[in-house]
Amino acid sequence: MAKYSPPEQPKGMQIFDIVFLIVAIFAALWLPLRAGWAGASKSIDAIANPTWESLKQSPAMVEQWVKLGYADAASAHNIIQNKFHYSIDWLELIVMAAVVIGYFVFVFRASDKEYRDVIDEKFNGK
Amino acid sequence: MNQTVSTPAPAAKVSLLRVLGPAHVWALGVGIVLVGEFTGWNFSADKGGALAALIVCWVIGLLYTSVAMIDSEVTSTVAAAGGQYAQAKHIVGPLMAFNVALYLVFAYTMLEVSDAILVGDLFVSRAGEAELTRHGFVVFTIVLLGWLNYRGVLMTLNVNFVITALAYLSILILFFSVQPWSQGTVLKLGQLVTPDNALPYGWIGVIAAFQFGIWYYLGIEGTTQAAEEVRSPARSLPFGTMAGMITLLIAAAMTWYVCASLLPWEYLGFTFFPLADAAKVTGSPALEFLLFWGTVLSAVASANGCINDAARAWFSLGRDRYLPTWFSAVHPKYRTPYRSILFLLPIALAFAFIADLNQAITFSILSGVLQYTFMSINIMMFRKKWPLGSIRRGYTHPFHPLPAIVLFLLCAITFFAIFLGFGSQLTAMVVFYLVVSLWFHFYRYKYVRRGDQFSMPWPKPQGY
Repeated sequence: MAKYSPPEQPKGMQIFDIVFLIVAIFAALWLPLRAGWAGASKSIDAIANPTWESLKQSPAMVEQWVKLGYADAASAHNIIQNKFHYSIDWLELIVMAAVVIGYFVFVFRASDKEYRDVIDEKFNGK
Repeated sequence: MNQTVSTPAPAAKVSLLRVLGPAHVWALGVGIVLVGEFTGWNFSADKGGALAALIVCWVIGLLYTSVAMIDSEVTSTVAAAGGQYAQAKHIVGPLMAFNVALYLVFAYTMLEVSDAILVGDLFVSRAGEAELTRHGFVVFTIVLLGWLNYRGVLMTLNVNFVITALAYLSILILFFSVQPWSQGTVLKLGQLVTPDNALPYGWIGVIAAFQFGIWYYLGIEGTTQAAEEVRSPARSLPFGTMAGMITLLIAAAMTWYVCASLLPWEYLGFTFFPLADAAKVTGSPALEFLLFWGTVLSAVASANGCINDAARAWFSLGRDRYLPTWFSAVHPKYRTPYRSILFLLPIALAFAFIADLNQAITFSILSGVLQYTFMSINIMMFRKKWPLGSIRRGYTHPFHPLPAIVLFLLCAITFFAIFLGFGSQLTAMVVFYLVVSLWFHFYRYKYVRRGDQFSMPWPKPQGY
């Protein structure tokens, strides 16, 4: 088959492509931070007037906390009680699975279409 | 196919230098990853408890052993700059290759950001000055390493070899200093990890911990980025990668044992410097000093390797016209992809200022897991299109397709683990990859030379 010659890309369009990519990169990484989507879904299960016992810390654990600079239970409270609360939001899980699977299906199918162009030209359609 | 007339892009006049050996490959892989022992892995204790962190250390070790086996076979056969990117180009197609290069760039750039944040936070915490911020240290680290990479790959990886070895040595010294053979003398594993707190969230916590278990080893596959600069790729790449994986498995096991035996699990999941803190509670100023510098050196080595790898992936995209060809320039004197290095620096700097450590780590992990998912499918396609005996392979991995199936299943579990706590971030990231894939397939692909995408001297793939 005839060799495909790509069009020459004008300098202005090259710059446009670079800007597009920068914007897309920042949108993907910065927007989740800005919108508060990034980071762990954790919350502090507060205990009033905490003691090492109420925080379920054994004497050996207390000894290590003190060595780390946490002299009393109150100072370690927010670390110990900051916990994950795992629950499965099925709708969110289905949406996530659909997005991930849909993405891979599209990429592999579209790649295969492009790959056939590559192989046809490389091996002259033989 | 459309036929259009154009002026061909100028051919590259200057190529990358083939100067690296197996020790450099080891240094590149372990250098990028070793920081994972000094920070990051411990967030798996946060998600699932101390025992969960150990379980994922071994299970994710299995995932990466599969990655290393698969990678060694494909890379020893497709030895070209860009590593997995070049593999995708020859085995799956241009769009997949474009995505893989972006996975690499994101995984490594965000890992570099995490490293620089770690260096900044370490110096700030050491100084103990309330008004001191990490920003100056972050900028200094990224710019200095960028300059080193700009000046040449051999010097960059020689530096990495030395500082990686020193950082690894600090883990060994800590391990033997706390008398690991004698529980109760310094270490208190049985008192800190008890049946009541070993798995505080149960088995769902173990699954959730997979996410940060990735951090024990993330980046070992970066060894393949040096494929075009290694003197003997078929020998050096499998050897360097496998040796690196063994080194990391040993380091991960020692790190967990020491940290879980010295730090309460809640603190272990909270701190940014688990090994440095473990050294602190031993009460030895010498160990504290050693692990402080071990952490700094590991972070510097990792950031150094990440700049190297991300720039080579970006460079490859430019050279193949997937991105403007301006990025494909090689420095006439230093023979490095200097424009790609310079382009990615401000992006890393920007995110070092707006993200915190575990957010940057999560961004990096997300791109890594997408890449490993691709690799599990890629090896199946590779064996199907070119069965054993049809082309010369530098290395053939055993037990195929078992490593690919294990890798795919563990990736699926890790996606679920990321969903547990970081689901929105995962969805946003995949939507980004989908949008840029549409951009590439329907717009950018027209600038790509079709036949040039297949440069290996192989026969036509079966089924085409």
